Amino acid sequence: MRSVLTRMLPIALPLAGALLAPPAKANDDVLKNSANPANWAMQLGSYSGQRFSTLRQIDRDNVAALKPTFTMETGLVRGHEGGPIIIGSTMYIHTPFPNNVMALDMANGFKVKWKYEPKQAADVPAVMCCDIVNRGVAVAEGKVFLMQADNTLVALDAETGKTVWTVKNGDHTKGETSTAAPVVVKDKVIVGVAGGEFGVRGHLTAYDLNTGKQVWRGYSTGPDSEVLIDPAKTTMMGKPIGTKDLGVSTWPADGWKHGGGTTWGWYTYDPKLNLIYYGTGNPGTWNPTQRAINGKREGSDNKWSLSIMARDADTGALKWLFQKTPFDEWDFDGINENMLVDQEMDGKMRKVLVNFDRNGFAYVLDRETGELLRADKYDPVVNWATHVDLKTGKPQLDMKYSTFANGQDNVTENVCPSALGSKDQQPGSYSPEAKLFFMPTNHICMDYEPFQVSYAAGQPFVGATLSMFPAKNSHGGMGNFIAYDAKVGKIVWSRPERFAVWSGALVTSGGIAFYGTLEGFVVAVDQKDGHELWRVKTPSGVIGNINTYEYEGKQYIAVLSGIGGWAGIGLAAGLTGNTDGLGAVGAHAELGNHTKLGGVLTVFGLPDGLGKRASN
Amino acid sequence: MRATRLCVTTAAITAGLLLHSVPASAGDAQTAAAPPAFRVDGDRVDPGTLNGYRRYGNSCQPCHGPDAIGSSFAPALMNSLKTMDYPTFKATVTAGRMASPTSVMPAFKSNTDVMTNLDDIYRYLSARAVGGLPPGRPHKLEE
Repeated sequence: MRSVLTRMLPIALPLAGALLAPPAKANDDVLKNSANPANWAMQLGSYSGQRFSTLRQIDRDNVAALKPTFTMETGLVRGHEGGPIIIGSTMYIHTPFPNNVMALDMANGFKVKWKYEPKQAADVPAVMCCDIVNRGVAVAEGKVFLMQADNTLVALDAETGKTVWTVKNGDHTKGETSTAAPVVVKDKVIVGVAGGEFGVRGHLTAYDLNTGKQVWRGYSTGPDSEVLIDPAKTTMMGKPIGTKDLGVSTWPADGWKHGGGTTWGWYTYDPKLNLIYYGTGNPGTWNPTQRAINGKREGSDNKWSLSIMARDADTGALKWLFQKTPFDEWDFDGINENMLVDQEMDGKMRKVLVNFDRNGFAYVLDRETGELLRADKYDPVVNWATHVDLKTGKPQLDMKYSTFANGQDNVTENVCPSALGSKDQQPGSYSPEAKLFFMPTNHICMDYEPFQVSYAAGQPFVGATLSMFPAKNSHGGMGNFIAYDAKVGKIVWSRPERFAVWSGALVTSGGIAFYGTLEGFVVAVDQKDGHELWRVKTPSGVIGNINTYEYEGKQYIAVLSGIGGWAGIGLAAGLTGNTDGLGAVGAHAELGNHTKLGGVLTVFGLPDGLGKRASN
Repeated sequence: MRATRLCVTTAAITAGLLLHSVPASAGDAQTAAAPPAFRVDGDRVDPGTLNGYRRYGNSCQPCHGPDAIGSSFAPALMNSLKTMDYPTFKATVTAGRMASPTSVMPAFKSNTDVMTNLDDIYRYLSARAVGGLPPGRPHKLEE
């Protein structure tokens, strides 16, 4: 069989090539750029979302000598999420609203090659719930793609910064905004929408890379025809869904129309399976009673909020999906990135997807079939559910922490994690060498009090008030940086941090894991044991991602500092509990003692003569 | 009643009588009604202030932070309300405010959750700003 195939191929391929358009594969340019470790070509480093680099010039032995080699203010002082993109000799950086983009020429002392400064409606920031952040640009085929806060997707010429095309993906006057980074798959640009606290209806949309024409859109809620479900084919837990229009029938009348399920996280892609993976956000409102049909939990799953979606890249059709938290009662906004790795599970190599969800469980699924393989707590304080039933996929609730059972207008105390999640948007990293995940996490719990609210377009649709505080009976800090083994569902080591670790992590072949802190430190630790190797303070708190690249034979680390985002609140919220003694005002003052607002790009490198050539 | 000038800080004594504030005469600042009053006793408050706490949680807290302590992108109202008078508060919430191009407060005039609870939100914020109300969820007085 094998020899037959081998003989056939050389004949078959040229034929196919002559008769058909070239077979669509991932996106050749993106694949080529992200395969070269000298680049940091995508926000998550690669389609798989591993945030792993094979660069090893900076290693355990010399990392302590890392020094800033270049710094530059972005000109904006608000929260800076995402990170720099580096391709060849050009670095692309972005800012919070108004979402300026700059191309910097590294061959010319980081001279600004071009700058794009969009004009957006002045009232856009007013409907951005948690700061005016943006998670960065995508670059492919000579274009830079930016998703502006006002839902304008713009394609810029990568050489000149001139606008090639624009398209509108939503309406901010209805509370729809954008913060997520686009991802280019094949000849399409994939984008999402934010606004879960304004009662919008989430969707993922693909636009033609060359023209900006919409190719497909899959909603998170509503009828199958709009969610792009075929109940006979789309599976959950390995079986066809069967029942029609669950995106309508699991909501009280019309609730799905402003039911949230936003898509503001990161998107990953498996070129072989041709599937795009992402998570949907919380259902609106945060008051579960208003989302219960006839006052009952049963039948009120609010599908497909808080679900992992696997969509065909060409058509948007859902191959499989998995609802992590049916009928949300805690704002466990399930948008966290789905990391694609191949790992051994019970003696067998599996293509898996690992999702460190807001709800505190790390889910491991077969990414081809959506079969649930594991779900384990990645912070021991998680208490709202005892475990996830691997047969049904459902969390087994501890009713003491059920805000629905306790009822609206009542306070449910000490739920762990808080609405910030055991992890929020800060993307994690995975080393295929260590076979471990290195994750930035939160260690915060909450009191939650839901109450009735009414929906009005473009107005907050929250319906609960929360107090958040550091996990009790723990180390007193609000974050941990952890190494996690998803093969067995165990934390390997855990480093306490004073504040939530809100930056994206990075792992390298140098044996190091990097992350940033809200005080502004960039930290390097040994992958083996979490031992700290280096720490340097940047001008502001870090909620952006740590990226690495190589230029002219030297490896660099690049990061955007700039405190803000929901962490700007999470921090202030951190010490409001009665147990901490400081009180909220003390906590806020405490944050102010460590960092101030300010957007700055910092690049770190080794002094000349240290380290081998970066590439191997 | 209407003419009584109440300093918010001393309002606690008579607040029980003033929970439903009298609307100000249009355009007459001199005879404007007293600002909505509140009662605080330790962490216990009148029902209006408690309602204000929850309405704050829905519509204001996402930006202004828990307990009105502010965030990295919106001011601490427990400080702002030390000096902001009631008409200014009402006008700001109703029409919104652009502090800078990157710092914009929405107009809440079409939001019934806010507009019908404006006085209570003001009560809660005043209780935090000048009434000595500690952080956290207040409890009802005389339950």
